[in-house]
Amino acid sequence: MNRPVLEKNLKLSRRDFIVGSAAIANGGLALGMRVPFDAAHADTSASASQVNIWVAIKPDDTCVIRIARSEMGQGTLTGLAQLVAEELECDWSKVTTEGVTPGQNLAAKRAWGEMGTGGSRGIRTSQDYVRRGGAAARIMLMQAAANQWNVAASELTFSKGVISHAASNRSVRYGQVAAAAAQLTPPDPKSITLKDPKNWTIAGQPLKRLDTADKLDGSKIFAIDLKLPGMLCAAIKDCPVYGGKLTSFDESKVVGMPGVKKVVRVKDTAVAVVADTWWRAKKALDALPIVWDEGPNAAASSATIAEMLKDGLGASTTNGDRHNGDALKAIAEAPKKVEAVYSTPFLAHAPMEMMNCTVKLSADRADAWVPTQNLEASLAALSETSGIPLNKCEIHRHDLGGGFGRRGGTQDYVHQAVEIAKSFPDTPIKLIWSREEDQAHDFYRPISQCRLSAGLDNDGNLLGLHVRISGQSINALLNQKGIVGGRDMRQLQGYYETPGDAQLGYDVPNLLIEYVMRNSHVPVGPWRGVNTNQNAVYMECFMDEVARAAGKDALEFRRALMKNHPKHLAVLNAAAEKGDWGKPLPPGIHRGLAQFMGYGSYSAAVSEVSVSPQGKLKVHRIVLAVNCGHMVNPGQIEAQAQGSVAYGLTAALYGEMPVDKGRMTNLNFDTYEIMRLAEMPKVEVVLVPTYDFWGGVGEPTICVVTPSVMNAIYAATGKPVRSLPLKNVKLV
Amino acid sequence: MAKLNINGTVREVSAEADTPLLWVLREHVGLTGTKYGCGIAQCGACSVHFNGEVQRSCQIPLGQITEADKIVTIEGLSEGRSHPVQRAWAAVDVPQCGYCQSGQIMAAAALLAQNPKPADHDIDAAMTNICRCGTYQRIREAVHMAADIGTTGKRG
Ligand code: FES
Ligand code: FES
Repeated sequence: MNRPVLEKNLKLSRRDFIVGSAAIANGGLALGMRVPFDAAHADTSASASQVNIWVAIKPDDTCVIRIARSEMGQGTLTGLAQLVAEELECDWSKVTTEGVTPGQNLAAKRAWGEMGTGGSRGIRTSQDYVRRGGAAARIMLMQAAANQWNVAASELTFSKGVISHAASNRSVRYGQVAAAAAQLTPPDPKSITLKDPKNWTIAGQPLKRLDTADKLDGSKIFAIDLKLPGMLCAAIKDCPVYGGKLTSFDESKVVGMPGVKKVVRVKDTAVAVVADTWWRAKKALDALPIVWDEGPNAAASSATIAEMLKDGLGASTTNGDRHNGDALKAIAEAPKKVEAVYSTPFLAHAPMEMMNCTVKLSADRADAWVPTQNLEASLAALSETSGIPLNKCEIHRHDLGGGFGRRGGTQDYVHQAVEIAKSFPDTPIKLIWSREEDQAHDFYRPISQCRLSAGLDNDGNLLGLHVRISGQSINALLNQKGIVGGRDMRQLQGYYETPGDAQLGYDVPNLLIEYVMRNSHVPVGPWRGVNTNQNAVYMECFMDEVARAAGKDALEFRRALMKNHPKHLAVLNAAAEKGDWGKPLPPGIHRGLAQFMGYGSYSAAVSEVSVSPQGKLKVHRIVLAVNCGHMVNPGQIEAQAQGSVAYGLTAALYGEMPVDKGRMTNLNFDTYEIMRLAEMPKVEVVLVPTYDFWGGVGEPTICVVTPSVMNAIYAATGKPVRSLPLKNVKLV
Repeated sequence: MAKLNINGTVREVSAEADTPLLWVLREHVGLTGTKYGCGIAQCGACSVHFNGEVQRSCQIPLGQITEADKIVTIEGLSEGRSHPVQRAWAAVDVPQCGYCQSGQIMAAAALLAQNPKPADHDIDAAMTNICRCGTYQRIREAVHMAADIGTTGKRG
């Protein structure tokens, strides 16, 4: 909805710019371009010399590294800084970072490239040009030193921010030549040879994050904490039923309440109260009589949606497939058949910092302060809804209190905040969603059902496999052009034949995998790991059912299908080995495993669980192996893997957003339960990088957590678990 | 005008008696380190020390607080992040997004004040705050380390 504005504008800018610089055309490096520092950052960089757009160096040798991506806890900020610093060869203890704003990027003809942070792309899609940026800056600093000493740059050596000329026994620090370096013509980025990752000393190390200190004493200002002069706060309620509308509200009942300034209709569907504090706004909103026109969707429920999905399991047309051989025939003729139907529910993201956005509109200027995974989409939303041209708009960066895919392209809360701010010119308006609003108006993980059937020969070999998913499509709502010729392959993430991104790790002689699109009125979107989550549950849990029917060990059964997938297999083997697969178990403990691929990385898990005679589940230990190719910060990869266990296991144990009378239920953490520390299993992360590709980190590991636990429960009880969350399943 | 003793300083606050301490701190006193996560006592993001005990400030209305009550927020836990819990948190690199961490740190500091050498099951029982980023494993490690720093003065 908002993308076209920005894209149109950027396309124009790009075209204009390509005339002037070939570098931009191939990925957004514009060395030597002078980009003014944001006035807001004048303190940190007043005396810094900008060597190029990625690096500025102060006289005291502090290296300010520019970061274009968003930080939401995943550690990208530190990882990107490590990559730049590695090639810059600076002193890591002197590195600080500074966020690039989308307004700066736009003014610089998108010199910093794409700013979106999702799909576990933060590092892997920018590593090449940020490393070249660091290397180019180093080359310019060396040249400046060479010029100063009147020697050839090739005679110089460098280490930790110091350039030396051995022959004359002279040395100079980066900070002393940065100003001169900034005047030089930058080298052609393509001419630069990057370091072999084998020789990295800063990247590849488990360095501490750069952004921890202000998270320890409450001084970090999240967007929700923002305080601006004259600021007012807004609380909002959108129609609880999607597709419904706001009919009316009785402002007279709340106008006299303390601090209340105004009640504002927000488009056709929502109403907001604006007051001097958020708490007063929320209190008045709760007291405001509102009449909704709930529309036709008010009749929908979890049951009607389940019926719709079930219908899709038997539909005659599909919306995307992959196949080889004749799976249906092979299964029909097989001496032994296995069949099962699985399902997974809608899930909310529930980041700890709820949706919020502060907007200030003036006659010819618009500013927003917003936690966002897509700074440029926020800028576009601000411009589109305010009517103020992009180049008069700016987004002020705040790190996110969690993202998980919620704060990407949609920018619904930015549109709302702008709409409200229109009633208050020159006044900053801070819109904060309550937790309940955040739960009720998410873009949920898509719901689906899956029917699987398999045929085995008398020796227990897999002859044919048929997988049919009936479920809601993310592209249908958010990215129509991702659906080509009625085929929406994104919903089959993790089942692809093509290698490199989300390839299925099994070869089956007769295979048919199908997607049938069935969309409810509930909006869906990417949720950490996106469709790999459900698809891994379906494939990996059914694999265990089939292996058992074949009378084979779950690991051996998989290995036989993985001969042509050495990377998948290596990770599975690593998890199995570290997870003691096949070794004796303590009494009452049972193991399950799973492997899958997503976001260019390979993951596998072995879980250990116990199930009490009363059916109470405890997850004791999870061994999680991952191959993400190159590793920029093993410490952060480990942290992400641990975090993915908490996020994934929370969903497995408790997560569901049921629909009742058209609206979402489970609107706060009393009913949308979140796993606590006491339930966190011991997580052992096994890093098995092969250093020959760049895979993602934030999302790949989550999808194997749940199926490995479900398979361990199956091992414990002998009963396969086929629906989630587990709290609804009678385990014994 | 209510008088509150926050981080050792008495502050005058003018807000309705039913305003939760969380919002008094955030919107009237200007201390935003204490976070809103649920408003219903579930998440612990709003944890403060109230007369030496960890409390969820979204559940304490202003009208129930007197000047005699001593409130400590994350901003007042220590000078220069020097509390053993903060030092351990930095050493273990606990925070991811950081949003829940004020509350986690306040809960851990309260635990250690009562139990300088907690076992794992003590940590399980005391650390009930939600972290959506999933930093639980490092929190456990850091609580143990903070206990070491607190009892022996080493590390951090
Ligand atoms: S905001 Fe107080 S417990 Fe969640
Ligand atoms: S660190 Fe992000 S919620 Fe805990």
